[in-house]
Amino acid sequence: MKPTDIQNPEYFHKVVDCQYACPAHTPVPEYIRLIAAERYTEAYMINWESNVFPGVLGRTCDRPCEPACRRGRVDEEPVAICRLKRVAADNKGDVKTFMPQGPFAQNGKKIALIGGGPASLTVARDLAPLGYEIHLYCEQKTGGGMMRSQIPSFRLPETVLNEEVNYILDLGIHTHFNHYVSSFKEILDKNYDAVFVGTGAPRGKDLSNLPGRQEAAKNIYVGIEWLASVAFEHTAKIGKKVIVLGGGNTAMDCCRTSLRLGADGVTVAVRSPIKEMKASPWEIEDAINEGIPILENMVPKSFETENGILKGMTFEKVNAVYDEKGKRTLVPSGEPDVFIEADDVLIAIGQENSFPWIEKNIGLEFDKWELPLLNEITFQSTLPHVFFGGDSAFGPKNVITAVAHGHQAAVSIDLFCNKKSLIERPSPYTNLISQKMGIHEWIYNNDVTPDERHKVPHAATAVTLKDRKKEVELGFDLPTGFKEAERCLNCDIQTVFMEDRCIECDACVDICPTTCITFTTNGEEDDLRTRLLAPSKDLNQELYVSDSLKTGRVMVKDEDVCLHCGLCAERCPTSAWDMQKYIYQVTKAGNTCQKIA
Amino acid sequence: MSYIKPPFRHPDLPTNEVGYSKKDYEGAISTLCAGCGHDSISGAIVQACYEMSIEPHLIAKFSGIGCSSKTPAYFLSNSHGFNSVHGRMPSVTTGANLANRDLIYLGVSGDGDTASIGMGQFVHAIRRNVNMTYIVMNNGCYGLTKGQDSATADFGSLSKGGSTNMFQAIDLVGLSMELGATFVARSFSGDKTQLIPLIKAAMSHQGFAFIDVISPCVTFNNNVGSTKSYDYVRDHVETLSMMDFVPDKTEILVDYAEGDSKSVELHDGSAIQLHKLASGWDPTDRNLSFDRLHQSRDKGEILTGLIYIEPNGSELHSVINTVKKPLNSLSEKDLMPSLATLELINEDHR
Repeated sequence: MKPTDIQNPEYFHKVVDCQYACPAHTPVPEYIRLIAAERYTEAYMINWESNVFPGVLGRTCDRPCEPACRRGRVDEEPVAICRLKRVAADNKGDVKTFMPQGPFAQNGKKIALIGGGPASLTVARDLAPLGYEIHLYCEQKTGGGMMRSQIPSFRLPETVLNEEVNYILDLGIHTHFNHYVSSFKEILDKNYDAVFVGTGAPRGKDLSNLPGRQEAAKNIYVGIEWLASVAFEHTAKIGKKVIVLGGGNTAMDCCRTSLRLGADGVTVAVRSPIKEMKASPWEIEDAINEGIPILENMVPKSFETENGILKGMTFEKVNAVYDEKGKRTLVPSGEPDVFIEADDVLIAIGQENSFPWIEKNIGLEFDKWELPLLNEITFQSTLPHVFFGGDSAFGPKNVITAVAHGHQAAVSIDLFCNKKSLIERPSPYTNLISQKMGIHEWIYNNDVTPDERHKVPHAATAVTLKDRKKEVELGFDLPTGFKEAERCLNCDIQTVFMEDRCIECDACVDICPTTCITFTTNGEEDDLRTRLLAPSKDLNQELYVSDSLKTGRVMVKDEDVCLHCGLCAERCPTSAWDMQKYIYQVTKAGNTCQKIA
Repeated sequence: MSYIKPPFRHPDLPTNEVGYSKKDYEGAISTLCAGCGHDSISGAIVQACYEMSIEPHLIAKFSGIGCSSKTPAYFLSNSHGFNSVHGRMPSVTTGANLANRDLIYLGVSGDGDTASIGMGQFVHAIRRNVNMTYIVMNNGCYGLTKGQDSATADFGSLSKGGSTNMFQAIDLVGLSMELGATFVARSFSGDKTQLIPLIKAAMSHQGFAFIDVISPCVTFNNNVGSTKSYDYVRDHVETLSMMDFVPDKTEILVDYAEGDSKSVELHDGSAIQLHKLASGWDPTDRNLSFDRLHQSRDKGEILTGLIYIEPNGSELHSVINTVKKPLNSLSEKDLMPSLATLELINEDHR
């Protein structure tokens, strides 16, 4: 293998599994260390820079970082990254003084944002300080989008959301709330320099063709619409017996909200086996803890009505059968159909994009799934000055993905308005800094101990079930937050190898607890992986290969289960190994963009 | 500085035939200098014992005083151990061995502990052919007292302080061959591919097995001009043969050309498979080995590998015809002759 090019910003980035997995690439270990150091404000600001809504995401994020966490590979459970983010948000001091302070010198460019959700707000935050005049159009009474309409208050208190939305609106955004854009042409006619569409995936799927759907219509609701109606206080009660159809997070929110609005028998019916439900495991767990039964392998067959009034639903029982490729088919099990009584039914079986307000003749092209045709890197549409992001770009994902889209769209808009190439993306900001403090001392805490993941305490159900606005999760207290923060392995502290210093004494090989390091003759990757001292099975984890050493061998390090404990560097007599903190920041719209010329 | 090694190990760490992973053969974290050759030797011992599938409680490790003699704390934490006084490791091991021949005896010593204060002990353990593995971690200096020349420092070798050694070195390999050691080898801490099979063969060998391991003192004797630095040793190593240790001789699969390879069968059914043999050398021929050793010395080479082996020597227990069972398992019945036997003995002395 060729020597690893550690100058490539993506090499060490990939070693920081959590940051790499995060769509917005938040520097997770860095803010976790700050939490351990009780520097909550700075920890918050690192998050705010990167993911814009730390308080919101610290409660509701889909957490792609956690399955990626290295701790999960060497220990039983990953670090509770998401809940640590909340610790920073809950305990921060005055953060506003660290944020860009307006008024900003205007650059004369006007940008329209359609939709008030996380993608649009991110674009607003990134561009407003650069002097763009931002006009935000939103049909709701204030910003937040689906974070406000679809995430119930018992998971995300309105105060937390308002605070973080307002940090952005306070940057001098021209808001047009309660303004449903019914014609895209009208917006285009206003001659904005660029337009960003972040209108989400607002149409909940329905079961229009299921028998009984029309007769029972007044007791059947589409999940996201119903949640929005609860959030905006148009709906305050529901029937005693409720069936929720679907296995995603919306279904979990629907069933738990129903309980809080007075239902006493809520049932979730899922087509698939429970283990294949799309909802996050912790959402499922919370619903079960509130006493909600989740019935699996139930395919809705009909709505049963009596004199035009909904009485319940009939389901067909199925089994999931998998072919060789793992493709699933649901095969009727032959068991008798199941009837479940219901006064109301909530349909939460997915959502889709919908752009009824975009005229077909204005030059915007859509694909066969009615998604806009976009450049996947620049988010530019077929109208050069129109950009998309969030769920409206590539279909429903999650808040953190919308934020990541927002950042990239903002970079594109900034490049576009400065008449630069959108494809030549500015590089991320990176830096490697030695953590050496003394002969065998490091700036970070390298003591790796087996500590179990801490559970987040919940408020008593007796209280939370009576008040839909009462937050269920209480967040870590500070001592628990500290202990959880100490579980982080500091994967951003990289093991950097300098071959010209190595005397091949084997000290690093002997000390490495997880047998990551091997000195051997070079070869092709497939061959090398078989000759390492410990099995090297995960091909997604890179091998760090040095240049040829004095004896003609090379150093090969399998990054897979490295604990970043620094023992290789402590035991190295010549400092051929060093522990260096790797900083990787995704480019934001701003100076960097303008410097390229 | 870390004093405790994190308890996590590679999740797919394999286990050996007796169900242990390498972790079960490890010791505490080393407090020796970073990069000390001794740590590599400890690592080789761990690897050898793991690969041989010896249950850790069947090994007894012994040492004297010095940097080398601290190392038993850093390997085989689940084995028996005795850290004796300076230079007295061979006697303590001899005693333990006589009391229980069932254990595998591993003595660890340094150049000071062996070639100076413990010389008298060392030579008698060889002479008696105690069934043990004797590893000298040889760095040519007194590392624990800041690097003075030891008795194995080569004539003319330059110390870190700049002084030249004016005395002849004691060659422990030559000495042990002279005294009739039945397994003599030399290796280098920086070459585990050679060292690990040597340790395995030495532990399988019936009788006194001596391995002189050049182990650079990274703090006091790794300077230019030293003959025991990493660079000097790598530049001057002359290897007698490539060696494989084959736990069961029936498994020997690789055939090498006649005259180029040799297989030596050990008492316990295992075998040493040597290939790429140096010309004019046969490890079972004592005179040829002597010649080869002397030639290398004249040329300034550091001869490594298995230098001499006598696989059929008589070790101490068979010479003095001791009881087969460990002494602590002998009952009163075994130890006290019956009245009739006593009568017979007494009759002899009338």
